[in-house]
Amino acid sequence: MLLEFILAMVIIRYLRTYLKKENITASWDRQLIIALAISIGLFVMGSVFKQLVYAGALLLDILLLYIMWTAYNTRVFLPLKPAIYAVLPYVVVSVVANIVPLLSRQWADDIHEYSEMAKLFAVIWMLAMWFITKKQRKAIETERLRAQEKEKQYALTEAIKSQLEIQVAERTAALTQQKEELQQALTELQSTQAQLIQSEKMASLGELTAGIAHEIQNPLNFVNNFSEVNTELMAEMKTAIDSGDMEEVKAIADDIIANEQKINYHGKRADAIVKGMLQHSRSSGGQKEPTDINALADEYLRLAYHGLRAKDKSFAATMKTDFDESIGKINVIPQDLGRVILNLITNAFYVVAEKKRPLTPDGRVNLASKDYVPTVTVSTKKTGNKVEIKVADNGNGIPAHILDKIFQPFFTTKPTGQGTGLGLSMSYDIVTKGHGGELKVSTKENEGSVFTILLPLQN
Amino acid sequence: MKILVVDDERDIQTLFEQRFRKEIRDHSLEFAFAFSGEDALTYLAQHAHEAVLILSDINMPGMSGLELLGHIKQTYFKPPPVVMMITAYGDAENFNMAKQLGADDFLTKPVDFTLLKEKLKNIH
Repeated sequence: MLLEFILAMVIIRYLRTYLKKENITASWDRQLIIALAISIGLFVMGSVFKQLVYAGALLLDILLLYIMWTAYNTRVFLPLKPAIYAVLPYVVVSVVANIVPLLSRQWADDIHEYSEMAKLFAVIWMLAMWFITKKQRKAIETERLRAQEKEKQYALTEAIKSQLEIQVAERTAALTQQKEELQQALTELQSTQAQLIQSEKMASLGELTAGIAHEIQNPLNFVNNFSEVNTELMAEMKTAIDSGDMEEVKAIADDIIANEQKINYHGKRADAIVKGMLQHSRSSGGQKEPTDINALADEYLRLAYHGLRAKDKSFAATMKTDFDESIGKINVIPQDLGRVILNLITNAFYVVAEKKRPLTPDGRVNLASKDYVPTVTVSTKKTGNKVEIKVADNGNGIPAHILDKIFQPFFTTKPTGQGTGLGLSMSYDIVTKGHGGELKVSTKENEGSVFTILLPLQN
Repeated sequence: MKILVVDDERDIQTLFEQRFRKEIRDHSLEFAFAFSGEDALTYLAQHAHEAVLILSDINMPGMSGLELLGHIKQTYFKPPPVVMMITAYGDAENFNMAKQLGADDFLTKPVDFTLLKEKLKNIH
């Protein structure tokens, strides 16, 4: 009786604790309180009236079965099923043990030992189940906590991840902007470079213009004057015809013919100069054509000289040429190669003029200046399957520390505003990329420099 | 009157001889030609005081017309010959430089011979 009662108390309390823990209220709890009251009543009844001990215990058993049945079939108590399994054997044993005394005392005494044994096993079962369940629950709880912890960690990771994503997006945006800015800067630089190259062309054209003016006025001088002379001679011829002096007429006619030839020659000379100027100012994209390298070098030597002379009245230099007449015509872009030659010659004239200056750049008297004869030599030579064009000066030479920079764009030793620093770099490009040749320099301090253009013959 | 013409263009000799053929024929004018500044100085050294008038181009390889002008005006001080400069550039800078060095007159190319003849008459 006492065991059944304690069991009922424990089960009811267990259920109520469970309800409380799971926060399930109202009707269930009330029913359990009623069950509690009934079991207390039954216990009191059984304790007071000794003959009702078995009936009371049986009723308690039935109540327990009812409670367990209800709990078993109710979703709310689903997690408590192991507890029900634990208790069930004892309740069943108890029911049997309590029914039998009600039916027959003799039978009850017969099976007393077995029932006590069964009760003991049921209790052991119950305790074992209780332990196992508790252990399982603990394991589940630990698992749950671990899962919770994992979830927390996951949430944290997610938070960090999303934060990182935002940062990545920000950085990407910043980088994209930087890239666009750089792209724009690059575009601007490219257009500036293009403009500078154009202005370098214009600068060299400016150098040429003065030379060309001089070169063109000379033939024009002859064209104009010889034609005027011829007009006068024709008038004289008429007089001679009238007077019948045929000897004089013939002499005058010969003069006129000679003059006409001169007019024609100088007219063609002017024409060639203008064509050369047009070719020079034309932007690149010119075609390779068979060109007389010697004539080209000679033409640009004269143009460079007169160009410098026009700018600097005191400028004077000895020009030497040494042309290999066996070269013949080779395939080049004349205006481009002309630009290179002009550039090299202009540079050569510049350095010899610097050396000739009566004062050194730092203001001291240049003692060497008096005996120095500024000389620029242009020579051509055919060597094997190559043609070399050399522009040599007897200037101060190129200092070793800048020698590897001279072909770099924008590098110049001239004072600000006097050179774009593009001349040699453009020349280098024209010779190497445009003609598949080489542009080399050799220099000796105080003795001068030699620039050599090497062009392959078959191109 | 003897005139020394200095120019690196060789055809200048034919031109002057034709332009002044009447004057040459009647010996009112006599011409000598030099094709560089150096040539001109050599000629002047050999024929001192012969040339009354020197016509010089400015742009010549080697010694320029202006250098030549400086030499002439310094060396042949008494009596200094008349020097006229001829140039293809009609710019003020050349003009001023030539004047400063003592040039007596200034002509531009193409040479206007009518104008030159006028100037020569005035020298007479």
